[in-house]
Amino acid sequence: MPSDIAAAPLLVRAPSRRLRRAAPVLARVGWTLVSVGLFAAIWEACWATGIADARLLPPPHVFLGNILAQARYFNTAQSWQVGIAGANVPSPPMAVMITIAASTARVFAGLLLATLAAMIVGVAIRYFLWVERLVLPSITLLAPVSPIAWLPVAIFLFGIGNRPAIFMVFIALVFTMTLSATSQIDNVNRNYINVARTMGASKRQIYARVIIPAILPGLLVVLRLNLFSAWMVVLVAEATGVGYGLGQVIMLARNTFNPSLVFFTITLIGLLGFGCDLLLRTVQHRVLYWVPQTTGVLRGL
Amino acid sequence: MASEAAITCRAVGKVWAAGTDRAHEALGPLDLDVAPGEFVVLLGPSGCGKSTLLYLIAGLEAVTSGRILAFGAAVAGPSPDRSLIFQETSLFPWLSVWQNVGFGLSIRGVAAAERRAAARVALQRVGLAEAMDKRPDELSGGMRQRVAVARALTMRPKVLLMDEPFAALDVQTRAKMQDFLLDVWRDSGASVLFVTHHIDEAVALADRVVVFTSRPGRVKAVLPVALPRPRDPFSAASEALRRELTMLLSDEVDRAFAEQEALV
Repeated sequence: MPSDIAAAPLLVRAPSRRLRRAAPVLARVGWTLVSVGLFAAIWEACWATGIADARLLPPPHVFLGNILAQARYFNTAQSWQVGIAGANVPSPPMAVMITIAASTARVFAGLLLATLAAMIVGVAIRYFLWVERLVLPSITLLAPVSPIAWLPVAIFLFGIGNRPAIFMVFIALVFTMTLSATSQIDNVNRNYINVARTMGASKRQIYARVIIPAILPGLLVVLRLNLFSAWMVVLVAEATGVGYGLGQVIMLARNTFNPSLVFFTITLIGLLGFGCDLLLRTVQHRVLYWVPQTTGVLRGL
Repeated sequence: MASEAAITCRAVGKVWAAGTDRAHEALGPLDLDVAPGEFVVLLGPSGCGKSTLLYLIAGLEAVTSGRILAFGAAVAGPSPDRSLIFQETSLFPWLSVWQNVGFGLSIRGVAAAERRAAARVALQRVGLAEAMDKRPDELSGGMRQRVAVARALTMRPKVLLMDEPFAALDVQTRAKMQDFLLDVWRDSGASVLFVTHHIDEAVALADRVVVFTSRPGRVKAVLPVALPRPRDPFSAASEALRRELTMLLSDEVDRAFAEQEALV
C-alpha cells in the first residue's frame, strides 16, 4: 500500500473508506477507457496520415460526430403495414432506442428459452437412459450445424417478425448448451453424490439437491460465452428481414453504402454486448456466491 | 444372535472393469470382522484396495465375490447406518455449515428449525457451534473435516467409515484431530473403520490394526493394540508396535515397487 511508505504519509492522506472500496472499480473503468481510447487513437492516426480512407473507414470522430444524422436511418415504422403515416413515426433518437430494445429482447428471449430447454433436456439425458438413447445422437448430429443453415427454416416456419429471430438464437445455442449441460453433470464431484447416497437420498433428491446446484456455476459460464454467439446470430437473422433491428440497420447501411452508419451500429452492438456480459457477471457473483472469484494467480507469474 | 459383529466380510473380492481386457483385481479374497464399538485401522501401501473395501462396506460399490454383512444383514446399497467420511472435503459449497450438517435430515424431510437444532448439537460435539452460519470455504481444512464428521454424526451411524480423512492436514492439526476423533468415537459408541497409510496414525488410534498386502489387497496381519488411552506415542510399547508395523509394511511396499518396475 502506498500509504505505508515512510516518506509518503504527510503528503498522502488516508483515503476514505468509500474511496478505497471504489478504487478497484474506478481502475477497471479507467483501463477499459484507455483500451478503447488506444484503439480509437490508432484508427484516428491512420485517418490523419491518409492510410485509412474516410469514405470507407470513417474514424470514430466522424461516425460518432453525426449520430443524429445517422439516427434518421433507424426507421422502426414497418413500411409494409397499411396506415402508417409519417406523423406516427417515432423521433430518430427514440427509434434508436426502440431498435436497441428490440434486438436485446430477441437475444434474451432466445437465450432464456435455449437455457431452459438445454437444462431440462440435459438433465433428462442423464436421468433417463432411454432419453439419452433417443435424443443424444440427434443433438450431437445437429450441434455442429451453422446457425446460417437454419435461416431458411426460420423463415419457412415463422415468416418475418420477432419469432424467426428468437428461433434463430434458440436453435443456434440449444444443442451445444445441452451437450455442455450433460458434460457438466458428468463432472460433478463424485464425493458430493456419494455423500448424498450414504445419507439415503433418492435419485430424484440427488439430482435436485446435489447435481443441479453443482452444475449451476458451469452453466452460467456457458451462458456468458453463448451470450456473444446470441448477439452474432440475432444480427444475421435481423439482416435478412425480420422487420427492424440492429442487423436490419447494418443491411441498410450496406445497401446505401453508408460506412458511418455501419460503424455507429457496430459501436452500439459492442456496447450492448459489453453491458450484457457485465450484467451476467454481476448475476454470477450474486447468485453463485460459493464459487471462488478468479484470483490473480496468472498475474503472479 | 446376541453378540453379532457390526461388519462381517467373508471372502470379499473386487475386480475393477470385470469382464473387459482392462480388468484388474483390487481386493481379496478377504475376511474381516468388526465388533460393535471397535476402532479398527486398515493399514496398507497406497493403492492396495483398502479404500475399495470401505466403498464396498458403505454399499457405494458392489462386491464381485463374497459377501458383506452389517449387523447380520447383507449390504445391498448405501445406508445412513454406515457413514463414509472422505479424504478431501465433501461439504456442499452452496450450503452453509449448518445446512451441510443437516443435509441428511433434509433428505428425510425434517423441518428447517429442527434441522438447525440438530446441527447445533452435532457442531457442539465437534467444537464448531459458532461456525454454524459460515460457508465451507471460510473454514480451514481441519474445520471442514470436523464439519464432515458432524454431518455423519447427525445420522447416528452405527459404523463410521473413514477414508484417510486427515491425510491432507498438517502434522499438528492431524494429532489434534485424532484426539478429537477418539472423543467423538467414545461418545457415539459407533464402530470405526479407519483407512490410513500412516503407521503413527494406526498406533495412535486403533484397537486393532489390520495390515493389508499390496494389490490385490488381502489381510496380511492383524495386530490387537492393548495400549491404554490416552496413548504416549513415545512409550516403549508404542515404539515396538511401530517397528513391527513398519517391517510388515515395508515388505509390501517393496513388493509393490518390484511389481511396478516389472510393468515398466
